Amino acid sequence: MIGNGAVVLAEGAPSLQPLTAATGVFGYLWILIALPLFGAAVLLLGGRRTNKWGPYLGVLTVSLAAIYAIILLVSLMGRPAEERAIGQTLFEWVFVGGFSVPVALQLDQLSMVFVLLITIVGSLIHVYSLGYMEHDPDRRRFFGFLNLFIASMLLLVLADNYLLLYVGWEGVGLASYLLIGFWQWKPSAAAAAKKAFIMNRVGDVGLSLAIMLIFVTFGTVTFDSVFAAAGEANESTLTWIGLLLLLAACGKSAQFPLQAWLLDAMEGPTPVSALIHAATMVTAGVYLIVRSNPIYDGTAFALTAVVIIGVITMFMGAIIGSAKDDIKKALAGSTMSQIGYMVLAAGLGPIGYVFAIFHLLTHGVFKANLFLGAGSVIHGMNDEQDMRRYGALRTVMVITWITFMCGYLAIIGIPPFSGFFSKDDIIHAAFEQNLLVGVCTMLAAGITGFYMTRMVIMTFFGKARWPDDAHPHESKPVMTIPLIILGIGSVVTGAALLYWGNIESWLEPVTGIEEKPLPIPAIILEGITLAVVLIGVAIAIAKYRKEVPVEAPKGNLLTVAARNSLYDDAINDALVVKPTYVLSDGSVFVDDRIIDGTVEGSARFVGGLGSRLRRLQSGFARSYALLMVAGAVIVVAILYLARLP
Amino acid sequence: MTSLPWLTILMVVPLVGSIIVMLLPRDRDVLPKQVALGFALLTLVLTVVMGLQFDADATAPFQFVESYPWIPALGISFSVGVDGIGLVLVALAATLVPVVILAGWNDVMPGSGRSVKGYFALILILQTLMIGVFAATDVFLFYVFFEVMLIPIYFLIGRYGGADRSYAAVKFLIYSLVGGLLMLAALIGLYVVSVQQLGQGTFDFAALVGLDIDPNTQKILFVGFFIAFAIKAPLWPFHTWLPDAAKESTPATAVLLIGVLDKVGTFGMIRYLLPIFPAASEFYAPLVVALAVIGILYGALVAFGQKDMKRLFAYSSMSHFGFIALGIFVFTTWGLSGSTFYMIAHGLSTAAIFLAAGFLMNRAGGSSLISTYGGVNKVAPVLAGFFLFAALSALALPGLASFIGEFLVLLGTFAVNVPVAVIATLGIVITAGYALKLYQKVATGPPSPAVEGMSDLRGREITTLAPIVFLTILLGVFPAPVLNVINPAVERTLEVVGVTDPPSVIPPIVQGSAP
Amino acid sequence: MSVENYIVLACVLFTLGAIGVLVRRNAIVVFMSIELMLNAANLAFVAFARMNGNLDGQVIAFFVMVVAAAEVVVGLAIIVTVYRSRRSASIDEPNLLKY
Repeated sequence: MIGNGAVVLAEGAPSLQPLTAATGVFGYLWILIALPLFGAAVLLLGGRRTNKWGPYLGVLTVSLAAIYAIILLVSLMGRPAEERAIGQTLFEWVFVGGFSVPVALQLDQLSMVFVLLITIVGSLIHVYSLGYMEHDPDRRRFFGFLNLFIASMLLLVLADNYLLLYVGWEGVGLASYLLIGFWQWKPSAAAAAKKAFIMNRVGDVGLSLAIMLIFVTFGTVTFDSVFAAAGEANESTLTWIGLLLLLAACGKSAQFPLQAWLLDAMEGPTPVSALIHAATMVTAGVYLIVRSNPIYDGTAFALTAVVIIGVITMFMGAIIGSAKDDIKKALAGSTMSQIGYMVLAAGLGPIGYVFAIFHLLTHGVFKANLFLGAGSVIHGMNDEQDMRRYGALRTVMVITWITFMCGYLAIIGIPPFSGFFSKDDIIHAAFEQNLLVGVCTMLAAGITGFYMTRMVIMTFFGKARWPDDAHPHESKPVMTIPLIILGIGSVVTGAALLYWGNIESWLEPVTGIEEKPLPIPAIILEGITLAVVLIGVAIAIAKYRKEVPVEAPKGNLLTVAARNSLYDDAINDALVVKPTYVLSDGSVFVDDRIIDGTVEGSARFVGGLGSRLRRLQSGFARSYALLMVAGAVIVVAILYLARLP
Repeated sequence: MTSLPWLTILMVVPLVGSIIVMLLPRDRDVLPKQVALGFALLTLVLTVVMGLQFDADATAPFQFVESYPWIPALGISFSVGVDGIGLVLVALAATLVPVVILAGWNDVMPGSGRSVKGYFALILILQTLMIGVFAATDVFLFYVFFEVMLIPIYFLIGRYGGADRSYAAVKFLIYSLVGGLLMLAALIGLYVVSVQQLGQGTFDFAALVGLDIDPNTQKILFVGFFIAFAIKAPLWPFHTWLPDAAKESTPATAVLLIGVLDKVGTFGMIRYLLPIFPAASEFYAPLVVALAVIGILYGALVAFGQKDMKRLFAYSSMSHFGFIALGIFVFTTWGLSGSTFYMIAHGLSTAAIFLAAGFLMNRAGGSSLISTYGGVNKVAPVLAGFFLFAALSALALPGLASFIGEFLVLLGTFAVNVPVAVIATLGIVITAGYALKLYQKVATGPPSPAVEGMSDLRGREITTLAPIVFLTILLGVFPAPVLNVINPAVERTLEVVGVTDPPSVIPPIVQGSAP
Repeated sequence: MSVENYIVLACVLFTLGAIGVLVRRNAIVVFMSIELMLNAANLAFVAFARMNGNLDGQVIAFFVMVVAAAEVVVGLAIIVTVYRSRRSASIDEPNLLKY
């Protein structure tokens, strides 16, 4: 058993729950990760032999994992609340001196909801991909990478220490790299993949340093032991750890200032965007922050930083999403914005942790729904992604349209769709904590209403602006069935988790919970929020009800900036990329000319000296003899004068 | 302990193999390769058998000890023995030699005027010397191996290399000889000290560690050894031979040169500098740490700007050697174990990248210019896959062996010097930059003319890369076999130096063992 | 007789030999001068051996004679060969071995 009751808890920290030994059905926790990993290994190593049945194996492993996850959930719910954290140590991993890290898994309430999200949404997206990638010659590899992703993501959320989490963290980064660049022959895809990986590496610097600081401070990197001792650490240490973890989260979750990769990541196939760049991987940052809540509880400064980052990204994403004409990029902007919500909620402290996770779950479902719907549209439109070439698709793609509308209503937060519950809870929590932050969340909800309505109108309503060669059609059942399931999910997840699943008390042992009085009655707040959202919707309707031009109009300054993703690439180029190139070229010059020049120079000096000295070799034997005699005389003279023995 | 002279057997087997290869008839092309591979595999099997008998918990510093008098008048003996660090490096050498023999199967084409059997005989001789240098427990014997090793490598580069091979070979030789000369001078100084203190001179490692050398003398002697080691495991600014040597070598030679031989430098720092000159090591530590950190960033930046693949790998290795040296000179068990682990991981990673690149270059007429290539992934996905794996191994992806080494080094550094650790950690971003930039240029996009019609890897080539990939993943996931062996040696080394790890700010909570 | 006389004689002989080597052009004469120098050294060896009362110096003198004989064989052979190809025994003539 890791951790024990003898630990003295700091005041205010959530009571840590002891880990229970993994017995019975929990004894096979590792299989959860092993299943998709096995699938990935078979698909990637098996070569062409597996082309035929490989994709089905990929679907099968993830589905089995999902079934096992559901069994785990049921068993976990059957246990008393204090025994819901399961620990399983597999083997010793890295051990040197006092540094000892096992490969150990931990399944608690927080991991459980993530496991469910990953495996269930993952399975649906795998099934959907069977249809979406049907004609791709490389689809075996695609499913291999997807399985690799699922395995890494499960490792990330099941790890019981920071170092093992890092492995999962980087594993999902690798899978994301491979999948963004899946169509490698497109230079843009390859560049986007590289960009995503490198920007994530910047975040990894944060995670690496955070782990080191945690170890140096606490002498361990296991969650339990670190959190138990978090109250004893001094505040500046905790602040540093918090900020470094935030840097890591910014990289993975595409938060300001490391947000630029997410929009480019849309170069990947759409199921990838749905699974990795919307539902699961990009929320890993939120997981990291919420998981580390005992550390953040001790540092108001870091929490404030988290909120600020969340607010900035929430608005950036929303503004970008309002101007993009590429349906996937608009959705990516929206993802940034929604993750901004979650990060902000996590930054509110114990008031917000639960709601960050709650919103993460509902968002995982409805955003996967929206992305897959967009994928269905793109598929039907001959890979056209420009919304200005869509229009009137509701007539030809009924199922896609209806399911997309479910997701739409969920994301803008119309009751009783799922987003309403989770977003409203965040807005509540924000108002409880700080009026300004509350107003920000409300405004962002309004912008959400605007850009989502814009997307829906441009895509499904109005007149058809299809390209000549496009013959839009509804997708096959293998794609629409996951859509329908996710569509239903978008409707019910919120209410189900809140009322039936009782998410607040479920997560409370991990995250702690706190409530403060609202400055205004809840019902009025909800009314105002809804009104703001509807205003956003109304503006969009007013603006896009008329003819949508196929060529984008010039637009005002803000629109142009938003179309260029608020110039993030230009800023990164000027601040980081260009200086790196200059520095690198300078180093090459120094190396070739100065360092190697010195070496070559000394070689040339010796060579030159030799060519001068060889003139002495005149070939006249008698002059050599004379030199010898002269030398002998000099030696004798020195010996005589110095009186050496 | 076993009575068999294991280490001598390990040295003799490749030597015998090399002689037999040389004696084979001239007109047989394949036979020398087969014989050489057979002997290399035999050595590997013997190494594994020996390794299994190694007792990680033994109290004696060295195992498989043998000692025969050689020049008794000067206190020189043929003494060998390995501690955990030596053992894993011997194992690394024994693993990589069969791999490079198989990889270099067609490096020397019959009719090119260069002897096929000579190539493989040189590789086997080199193996004998590599095992010797890691196993020597007599400092003079170490020096002899250290210097003699230059000869086969000189011929491997100078006879079998690329266009500018003699330039590169001579540059390498002179650099190394300068270092060796300084080391010889310091060695003689050490001998003199031993005469003064013990009454009778000796080169025996254990006796030299027991000497109580005056700190000022230590500082002088340290420099002689250090420069030799810093040239061998190229630290900034002693590195400029490496890019040329790497560029002109065949991939097989480059793997042995960078993957194993250069480790002698860092191995020497751990084995000789720290225990024999503890005071000087601490005195010079800030300087060495500075050189290491400069090397990490500088090597990565120069690698980022390279247009030639092999030169890029050389600078990347220099950057990694910076990490290894950093871990050694922060004097923590984490750093030192990390460095040792990184030596193994880097050997594997170097082998992966050079061999994969070598197979690629063979298919395109041998050009190592990055701009020649593009879109390999579309034409030869297996080759591109291995290439990507090698790049990921170079950037120390968590889950691969190099990550454990790199992280432990950084952790060990962080514990004693936060700013240095932060600067070194920035290196991981630049590393990702050049590794992925290389992969992007070589493997993605539309296929370039040189790549068009390229065939994918065949059985022999996959057989050479697969064990390296397997080991890289295995040691990344389950490093216990290596850590078990090196940790005691590392702790003993630091005990001699007289330092202990800094404790954590808050004492860790005592845990029961997890279920 | 004191040892100094022998030493002085050896020095004189050696100097004569050295001067001969430096100033004469004919290879045969140079050779003979070299022999003179060697014998000067031999004289000194024998004299010192006598002074020290042991045989080391005499042994070395024999050594020198043997070496000198061997050297004469090789040297004369070279001179004859050079003379055959160049029709001259001047040692200034064959100056091909230069930079």
